[in-house]
Amino acid sequence: MRGVGISTGAVGSGILETAALAAPAGNVAGPGAVPVTLKINGKPYSLNIEPRVTLIDALRNHLDLTGAKKVCDRATCGACTVIMDGKVVYSCTTLAIEAQGKDIQTIEGFSQNGKLHPVSAAFVNHDAQQCGYCTPGFVVAVKGFLDKHPNPTEQDVEAGLGGNLCRCGTYVGMRKAVLEAAKEMRGGRNA
Amino acid sequence: MPDAPNYSWPPMEKRRVLGKSTKRVDGPIKAAGRAKYSSDFTQKDLLHGALLTSPHAHARVTSIDTSGAEKLPGVTAVRVIASPGTELMWAGQEVASVAAETEEIARDATRRIKVQYEVLPHLVREDDLKKAGVRAKAAGEQVKGDPDKAFQEADAVVEGHYGIPVITHCCLESHGNVVEWKGDKLNLYPSTQNASGIGGDLSQNLKVPASNVHTNMQYIGGGFGSKFAADLWGVEAARLSKASNGRPVKLFLDRATELMMAGNRPSAYANIKVAAKKDGTITAWQSESWSTGGIGGGGSPPIPYVFDVPNQRKNHTAVSTNCGGVRAWRAPNHQQACYLTNTAFDDLAAKLNMDPLEFYDKNLGLTPRAEVYRAQMRKGAELIDWQKLWHLRGQSGSGTVKRGLGLAMSTWGGGGHNSQCRTTIHPDGTVEVELCSQDLGTGTRTVITMVAAETLGLPLGAITLRIGDSSLPPSGASGGSTTVGGVSSSTRKSTVNALAKLFDAVAPTMGSSADQLEAVDGRIQVKGDSSKSLTWKAACQKLGVNKISEMGENNQRNPGGLNSSGVGGVQLADVSVDTETGLVKIIKAVAVQDVGLVINPKTSESQIHGGCIMGICAALMEERIMDQQTGRMLNPDMEFYKIAGIGDIGEIIVHLDITPEHDKRGVVGLGEPAAIALLTAIANATANAIGVRVPEIPLTPDRVLAALERRNA
Repeated sequence: MRGVGISTGAVGSGILETAALAAPAGNVAGPGAVPVTLKINGKPYSLNIEPRVTLIDALRNHLDLTGAKKVCDRATCGACTVIMDGKVVYSCTTLAIEAQGKDIQTIEGFSQNGKLHPVSAAFVNHDAQQCGYCTPGFVVAVKGFLDKHPNPTEQDVEAGLGGNLCRCGTYVGMRKAVLEAAKEMRGGRNA
Repeated sequence: MPDAPNYSWPPMEKRRVLGKSTKRVDGPIKAAGRAKYSSDFTQKDLLHGALLTSPHAHARVTSIDTSGAEKLPGVTAVRVIASPGTELMWAGQEVASVAAETEEIARDATRRIKVQYEVLPHLVREDDLKKAGVRAKAAGEQVKGDPDKAFQEADAVVEGHYGIPVITHCCLESHGNVVEWKGDKLNLYPSTQNASGIGGDLSQNLKVPASNVHTNMQYIGGGFGSKFAADLWGVEAARLSKASNGRPVKLFLDRATELMMAGNRPSAYANIKVAAKKDGTITAWQSESWSTGGIGGGGSPPIPYVFDVPNQRKNHTAVSTNCGGVRAWRAPNHQQACYLTNTAFDDLAAKLNMDPLEFYDKNLGLTPRAEVYRAQMRKGAELIDWQKLWHLRGQSGSGTVKRGLGLAMSTWGGGGHNSQCRTTIHPDGTVEVELCSQDLGTGTRTVITMVAAETLGLPLGAITLRIGDSSLPPSGASGGSTTVGGVSSSTRKSTVNALAKLFDAVAPTMGSSADQLEAVDGRIQVKGDSSKSLTWKAACQKLGVNKISEMGENNQRNPGGLNSSGVGGVQLADVSVDTETGLVKIIKAVAVQDVGLVINPKTSESQIHGGCIMGICAALMEERIMDQQTGRMLNPDMEFYKIAGIGDIGEIIVHLDITPEHDKRGVVGLGEPAAIALLTAIANATANAIGVRVPEIPLTPDRVLAALERRNA
């Protein structure tokens, strides 16, 4: 929305208008490639991409970070899930330029020193994956969920992970995996 | 002549690896997000392909102008697929393709191709057969016994309408591939259920020698029967690559196109009349059924399913519609047949005021495996607490939320496809097992590794497995639940053969003969005498500089007792229905399945869980909605093409029939059988809960409320 000259007549009063007015005049990016810097898993990456490039496409097509998948491409299925400033987001409906200055975590940053992240390990233990295409999105969503809900009930898990979809039907193992990962992560923190 | 090697599976009690629940070997790499699917392929000079597809359900291309696309900076190739004069038969059919430096430019380019169409009349809905007109083709009447007499003499007759719609595969990794055509060689990175065969399909379409195509696919994001062929987008990706100086082109379908044209399960609608004696014995079946699977019409479901009713009259009509074409969908034709048959039978049992368990039991003589089903129904009833929870149809108390139980039965073939496997034992003790199969997420890598480890007496980690590369020995396509039978048998033979060679090599040094040796716990030892033994590594060192490389082959027609086909299964559902909102919820689902010899219970159970969840999706949510006005699919996205989420599935209980009797049949696939019956069990449970049949699935609130309204009227 920034810099496209939204008038009060078009949007009425409210947050959008305030945001539009607050935008510095003339700060128009694109339509050609522009420099974009992303901080991913603690490391800075410099890119030259069109402003319309989504975060998922930036990750997959420009950075070879292909853990997150593009599936529905419309913020329904969660296969593209990443964590941005501590919040779980769909990277298919986030523009890469909007993600600048944010702390982006992708699944590639989860394993430490070759050791599986407790969520990934729990997915393996409970066979919470088949074809595996939805799995990275789920693993990231589970981590984001457990960061905020370290001690969930099964009902919490069902509500908290309602934003991701699996086609092979791995939810039975997944419910167990999330509870096990929660326990593991709590143990890890308290130890 | 030496004796023929003994390939048979070790006796149940002697197995160390087979039959033990084992974590999938590719679990860690997938769960860490490091598994590289073909759609993850990146390379510096990679180009992105995109398709322009038809916006009309039926049209003729009158002109096509690609100059706008060609002029766009970053575009490397533009190809016309449907030249002027081409008749397009469904919305979503391919019109043109482009390759460009970025995905965004490729999409822009397709929008700059100007196409003029002469729009032609279309038919995209088949649910009302009367409106199909000339597009309906009757297959002719089939009669068995004397149905007229049987209906006349019957004590009870029910007539009903039943329908199951077209659904799509909705693979999370859409169809597509990366193709690189350099010189006379092609590298193909597909998303396929057919790693050994897809290169040949592509080469035929391109008229190049099959030996010039090298295929490699390590992971696939779902197929469910829809990913066997190279497809037009494979051919286009190759041609775009050639036209772009051999740079690799990635062409995967976007979600809308995927849902419109990358395959679907045909619908099935029917008006059915069934008859029985007072005691519940089924005597007659009559059906007028119809279906569509696109332009070619739909499949003809094998009805009546499982039960060979003595008197039958059947008429089936295929309806040709202007919709994307049918592809095999996990257990082709069986879900439809199961639904049409078991709903009608359930209505008949309800009319007789009979418990369906008793009704089915009475009729098991009409099935090819009465005792298997009888035991399965008993087990399933126990697991779902049938005796306590079942009630007569509609007698679910006075509250607004009703609860009901239902069941349905299934069958499938299975068996083992043709497969060749090579096992190499190196002098340093390393073991390679190689075959060009594919792991759809079913656990194929894991079962192959388990079979090799069992035969060679080694831990799983000692086996290096290579699959998915067409330079390896060929293995069949993964369809019809034939993979596990095929690859386990070829791996068994190959590893037995390789081990026999190792025994030959070490027997003299152990003062024994080859036939007296066995491989146990990482050692080669004289049978029953662990004092005379060598470690695996020490034994392999005796090979000097010569490695052992031995083949093993499964012949589909002669599996030698290692695998077989033909299974039965019973699935049951316990549902609640809110009669004010029409919402159906799953409380519990139970699956009881005959699966022959079970190699890995863990992944077997996962597959059955998956089959059940697909059944829940199909029963409650999934439906391709076509609009006759525009000829378009109204829900080509995942917001409105619904599949179940983690909170939609209730409790699922799986019971594998692991018994010596089933085990001796060898390995039988279970991907398809697990995915057949539950959707029907849910429909029957819903009828049991609310006292009336909701004739067509999915059981969406509007359909449930409409059925309740008719009941009350």
